[in-house]
Amino acid sequence: MPDNYFAGYLPILIHIVLVGGLATVIISLSWLIGERKPTRAKMAPYESGMAPVGDARGRFSVQFYLVAMLFILFDVEAVFLYPWAVILRDLGHFGLWEMLVYIAIVLVGFFYVWKKGVLEWGPAAVRSQAASGLRINLRDVQSGVQVDVRFNDQRGGS
Amino acid sequence: MPLPLSIFILVSVIKSAIVLGVLLTAVAYTVWLERKVVGHMQNRWGPTRVGPFGLLQPAADGIKFLFKEDLTPPHVYKPLFIAAPMMALIFALTSISVIPFGNSFTFGPFSVPQFLPFHYEMPFHWGGAVIGPYSIPFQITDVNIGLLMILGVTSMGVYGVALAGWSSNNKYSLLGGLRASAQMVSYEIALGLSLVGVLIQSGSFSLRAIVDAQGGHFWGFIPRWNIFHWQFIGFFIYLMAAYAETNRIPFDLPEAETELVAGYHTEYSAMKFAMFFMAEYTNMITVGCVATLLFFGGWHGPLFGPPLVQALLPVFWFAAKIFCFLFLYIWVRGTLPRFRYDQLMSFGWKFLLPLAIANLVATAIFVAW
Amino acid sequence: MTPVATPFFFYLFAAIMLIGGILVITRKNPVHSALALIVALLAQASIYLMLYAPFVAGVQIILYAGGIMVLFLFVIMLVSIERSMKERQFNSQWVAGTVAAVALGGLFIAVYAKAEKIFPHHAIRITPDELLNTQGVASMLYGQYMFAFEIASLLLLVAIIGAVVMAKKRI
Repeated sequence: MPDNYFAGYLPILIHIVLVGGLATVIISLSWLIGERKPTRAKMAPYESGMAPVGDARGRFSVQFYLVAMLFILFDVEAVFLYPWAVILRDLGHFGLWEMLVYIAIVLVGFFYVWKKGVLEWGPAAVRSQAASGLRINLRDVQSGVQVDVRFNDQRGGS
Repeated sequence: MPLPLSIFILVSVIKSAIVLGVLLTAVAYTVWLERKVVGHMQNRWGPTRVGPFGLLQPAADGIKFLFKEDLTPPHVYKPLFIAAPMMALIFALTSISVIPFGNSFTFGPFSVPQFLPFHYEMPFHWGGAVIGPYSIPFQITDVNIGLLMILGVTSMGVYGVALAGWSSNNKYSLLGGLRASAQMVSYEIALGLSLVGVLIQSGSFSLRAIVDAQGGHFWGFIPRWNIFHWQFIGFFIYLMAAYAETNRIPFDLPEAETELVAGYHTEYSAMKFAMFFMAEYTNMITVGCVATLLFFGGWHGPLFGPPLVQALLPVFWFAAKIFCFLFLYIWVRGTLPRFRYDQLMSFGWKFLLPLAIANLVATAIFVAW
Repeated sequence: MTPVATPFFFYLFAAIMLIGGILVITRKNPVHSALALIVALLAQASIYLMLYAPFVAGVQIILYAGGIMVLFLFVIMLVSIERSMKERQFNSQWVAGTVAAVALGGLFIAVYAKAEKIFPHHAIRITPDELLNTQGVASMLYGQYMFAFEIASLLLLVAIIGAVVMAKKRI
């Protein structure tokens, strides 16, 4: 094995190239071999036999964006923890206290998010947002998943 | 003794090919196992017709997928509609490249006949026409940031699903893709934090180093695996988060058949659909590998017998542990109902995330005190 | 000792990164732009890897390619493509943009030319040992730069609250 440091990563590159080739081969084989007999019904969007209405793109609940944003922030927090975890044995008490302060500060944010009802979905979300005096645009809520959730709830939960 | 560059590349290509071959076979037979086991759990036989015990069923399925109509409806956004299953499969198959399967395999020294084409690379020890001994690890490559690599590739896995949902231009697909992405990013945090406890105990990102740190026994008989080494809760969190990350029951909301038809792959057919399937099962196997490496001592297990058996036993133990995880996946699928979306979100954010933080703080206090 | 063709890989990844960057601003479809940005970010991670910074490369993939781009894609996925395709690609400020880009490029070239004086050789410490990279970053971060690290947690707190407040107004 070459002693170069970067050479340790060369097999990953080779592997990715191989895997990409494999995926391309699979998809083109299917395209070449599979027969094609398109009919009008087959080509329509599948909506359980109902005639499709409108475009699929719609507005979705802002909660999806909020979850994505919170994900990034907590992911940054987690990434700070990795190198700390690796050398915690060397850092000892000092490192422990350092990180406890850090985690405590981030936890404040976490509980703020919790209390604001951002982590609530479905009927609980509507209740808690109404309780915290937020204006709810019903159309926004309906276009999101929350309608499904309420529908599930009425069935008694599965 | 270091390998020359051309042989190094050749060896890594061969290794990748072997690993991919074994992995894809394992994927096919995991599908068979799932159908068989779930069948027996539901008082059915599962596949029986093709070959003994239906063992040739995966091959038949593959051929059937190839000959099915490869439908690309006119309403989809074509470039991404084709790219999405490829991305899903590529990201799924990439993470195996840093996973070690066992110790290294030593061969040689060999005496090699002179007509082999690569002799110009190694003139100095060529006089005796002997090469080796070479030691080739059971791993495509051992990098120092192996665990980070796996986490990174896992986080990239969202794109295949999200783009499939978006490019299909179908309401069910978009809803499924959106649900899947929100679910995957939510559980990724708990997944990442559950590993911190293991990192504290091993002090390295290298998967090989993490496994090596788990050798030996407590009091002579309990293996020194991380799960017995105060990481039981960490393992629990990892398992839950990984189930959600692979969109498996009880977290299979993105493809909830009763409400979303099939979620993000509603519009897919033939091999493109099969690629999502392969990606999902590959991810299951990867989860089994990582859980084994981080919490169950990797390839550590009792060694006995002649030297060749001793060299291959670790790989066997590793495979056996992964098999247990795959069986657990199927068992859970046969047992649990599906979560509701609000339950899913609150389980991830309000239960697993605080538990993961508590676990890492407890581990840190225990280690650093 | 056989070195792998490092300059070759540097030019390869640099070219991928540049092409990705150009595609980000020239593609009309925002989803394509986002995908080009992901490719550029991955190429950048590879270049970090070549600079003996595997930890930074890993973080680059986890946070940028796998985290922030998910949010971008989330936002883009839900806008109407037909409308954004009709919009003009470059608005009237492209002259100012080009001037700024050229000035920035000039600055980089100047720094590169005077690098010897600005960063004397003895100030650059490279530990070629990959093993030390993560541990080195960690001991610097949690030792010497501990205050900056704690401030980062405050920054995260502000960001969390900011995200909630921003979204609250919209609901």
